[in-house]
Amino acid sequence: MPRTIVKARNLRKEFEISQTFMQKLQRKPKLKVRAVDGINLDIYEKKSMGLVGESGCGKTTVGKLVMKLLDATSGELYVKGQNVMALDDKRMLKAYRRMAQMIYQDPFSSLDPRFKVFDILEEPLLIHDIGGSLDERRAMIEKALEDVRLTPPEEFIDRYPHMLSGGQRQRVAIARCLILNPDFIVADEPVSMLDVSVRAELLNLMKDIIDIQDLTYLYITHDISTTRFFTDYIGVMYLGEIVEQGPVGQVLDNPLHPYTQALLTAVPEPEPDRLDRIKEIPIKGEIPSGTNVPDGCRFHPRCPYAKDICKKKTPAENEPAEKGHKANCHFAGEIEFKMKVAKLSDDGKIEKVEELEVEDIIGD
Amino acid sequence: MSEKTILEVKDLSTHYFTSKGVVQALDDANFTLSGGQSLGVAGESGCGKSTMAFSLLRMVQPPGRIVKGSINIGGMDVTKLDEKEARRKLRWQKVSMVFQGAMDIMTPVYTVGYQMMEPLKYHKDITGSKAEEVCMRYLDMVDLDPELFYRYPHELSGGQKQRIIIATALLLEPDVVILDEPTTALDVVVEARIMNDLKRLKKELDNAMIFITHDLSILAEISDDLAVMYAGWIVEIGPATKIYKDPKHPYTQKLIAAIPRLHKDIDRLEYIPGAPPELTNPPKGCRFHPRCEQAFDKCTQVEPKVHDVEGVKIKCHLYEED
Ligand SMILES: Nc1ncnc2c1ncn2[C@@H]1O[C@H](COP(=O)(O)OP(=O)(O)OP(=O)(O)O)[C@@H](O)[C@H]1O
Ligand SMILES: Nc1ncnc2c1ncn2[C@@H]1O[C@H](COP(=O)(O)OP(=O)(O)OP(=O)(O)O)[C@@H](O)[C@H]1O
Ligand code: SF4
Ligand code: SF4
Ligand SMILES: [Mg+2]
Ligand SMILES: [Mg+2]
Repeated sequence: MPRTIVKARNLRKEFEISQTFMQKLQRKPKLKVRAVDGINLDIYEKKSMGLVGESGCGKTTVGKLVMKLLDATSGELYVKGQNVMALDDKRMLKAYRRMAQMIYQDPFSSLDPRFKVFDILEEPLLIHDIGGSLDERRAMIEKALEDVRLTPPEEFIDRYPHMLSGGQRQRVAIARCLILNPDFIVADEPVSMLDVSVRAELLNLMKDIIDIQDLTYLYITHDISTTRFFTDYIGVMYLGEIVEQGPVGQVLDNPLHPYTQALLTAVPEPEPDRLDRIKEIPIKGEIPSGTNVPDGCRFHPRCPYAKDICKKKTPAENEPAEKGHKANCHFAGEIEFKMKVAKLSDDGKIEKVEELEVEDIIGD
Repeated sequence: MSEKTILEVKDLSTHYFTSKGVVQALDDANFTLSGGQSLGVAGESGCGKSTMAFSLLRMVQPPGRIVKGSINIGGMDVTKLDEKEARRKLRWQKVSMVFQGAMDIMTPVYTVGYQMMEPLKYHKDITGSKAEEVCMRYLDMVDLDPELFYRYPHELSGGQKQRIIIATALLLEPDVVILDEPTTALDVVVEARIMNDLKRLKKELDNAMIFITHDLSILAEISDDLAVMYAGWIVEIGPATKIYKDPKHPYTQKLIAAIPRLHKDIDRLEYIPGAPPELTNPPKGCRFHPRCEQAFDKCTQVEPKVHDVEGVKIKCHLYEED
């Protein structure tokens, strides 16, 4: 059994929403968003975990909690055995920040435009007192640039961010995070602002680095297709909860939770010949607000399989299939993953509905 | 699907005349569309997708202008219209467009209904309860509660706003509807539902559709024909099924191979090294040659012609017949 690097139990983060003057005057109760609402999460040493889900489901908040950029409201959080909730000593926090690093989504705003690449990479070294002399630091910076394939390093070292393409900027951001030799990395949508061809190149690069340096990482994305290639495990979030998690292949090919099933049905696949067919997306209505999380199973107002019990009782983690593949659903394991596809007539009416198994969907 | 050609684009070129030089954003675009047919347009950021769309509407922003070619819609050459004619005869009625990022710029102070009724009033002189009735019918058509007519944009979700914008683009029953990245900012569940609606409407209304996005997976859902653009050129165009199954142009081959797949285990993703060129100074010869693995001498010197291979048109020297 691999060692657990990140362990969260019943972890919560609430945000208070600022009130308007009228709301204060009327003494309305303050609204709270349950951004992360009692999650359990294990990330194993030298393994990667993907966190997926729709906008606002709480992915970034989980990342920031783990990085200690936000303080949790309640729960337990251990990273490498350290109780992160209790980290308040400045020195310990600094050591923690060296061990755990974050890469952000936006390569355009995460680098200070006034600094050259050299300064951007030197800053963390200075903060953490690494590299005794300028020459030593320069050598480390050149090595970091080589690691992210910005070669030859001399060509990039004196450039300002505006003199780099989006993909090159994100490489600098990755270099900045690797230069401290962290054990654990949180990458929050690291490639989603980049073009498809550049995206693939960066994902390959990150995967190589991670494999070579034996890093543990949390990869946050709304692009589920990239997790199969890039991670070992994934967690699917809905409205502040991780509703399903497990080994990536199992979750994607044999999703247990109705929300995961709907999400996967919705992901487009680059298969032509589908112009006459529409996929039925097995989910109702729209995502409720985080200030108003439904009782019982939080997915019940939108779930096509909801029964009475779902409205009353919050489902616990179920592990009906393979070990380590868990879903928070009363009927996990009983609901089979099938895709319903409807055929359209020439004037756009639904003619016939057929059910497809995963094997049919995968094609060749 | 009616077979009648309703849009014919010939040798269309649009450039931006900036202080840093001439941006050759679109060069020699050629294609036709018939009723009920959809054309998907793919390509990386900055390759000229939106420029092509704006050209069809005669709405290229200064310092840009159409420098060459013709756009024929129902016997009318769009490139010859002046601004007044374009507004009266072309936009909304013949060609309408869902603009990239439109859902973020809906005017917050007016109701949905007010914003939808504008084109009806201006172009068809339809107002009052008649206009309301038409708008509600179209709201229903895009699967929305017609009551949303009375609401304000800030009360709506992103997906609802995008559907309203699509409904508005359909209101005047244009021959061609252009959708520029209509689902890019949306979550997959909402995106999938809107794609379902569009597929249905495409058959029901039988107008031609141009669907622009950098996402080839989405395009596969909706395109009869596919056009792949690179650095201002259409490098491959033809039936979507053929191109997805057997891409011919080296750029298209890489682009399709780079798509990560949900149900397939792979060790490495394909990618294209380097970055697209600056369009003020595109590479000589084939604009793709600095990134092309199959490039040979001629590619660095001579601009490739368009070659027809079994109904697919490819702008690449590899397909030259000798
Ligand atoms: N500082 C804050 N104050 C108030 N609410 C917040 C704050 N940060 C996040 N939230 C709310 O918490 C919820 C989760 O947000 P979070 O940014 O974690 O989502 P996400 O899954 O990362 O979304 P996205 O995919 O859009 O990045 C959302 O409802 C968001 O509006
Ligand atoms: N108003 C303008 N002035 C100068 N150059 C412009 C202008 N609008 C676009 N361009 C340039 O024209 C080229 C094509 O831009 P266009 O917006 O058509 O690309 P696109 O394919 O729609 O990109 P995206 O996927 O990012 O929307 C780019 O090089 C762009 O920088
Ligand atoms: S617990 Fe009930 S409502 Fe929730 S996902 Fe399972 S079946 Fe649906
Ligand atoms: S013309 Fe030459 S460089 Fe251009 S795509 Fe074809 S082979 Fe590659
Ligand atoms: Mg986020
Ligand atoms: Mg565009």
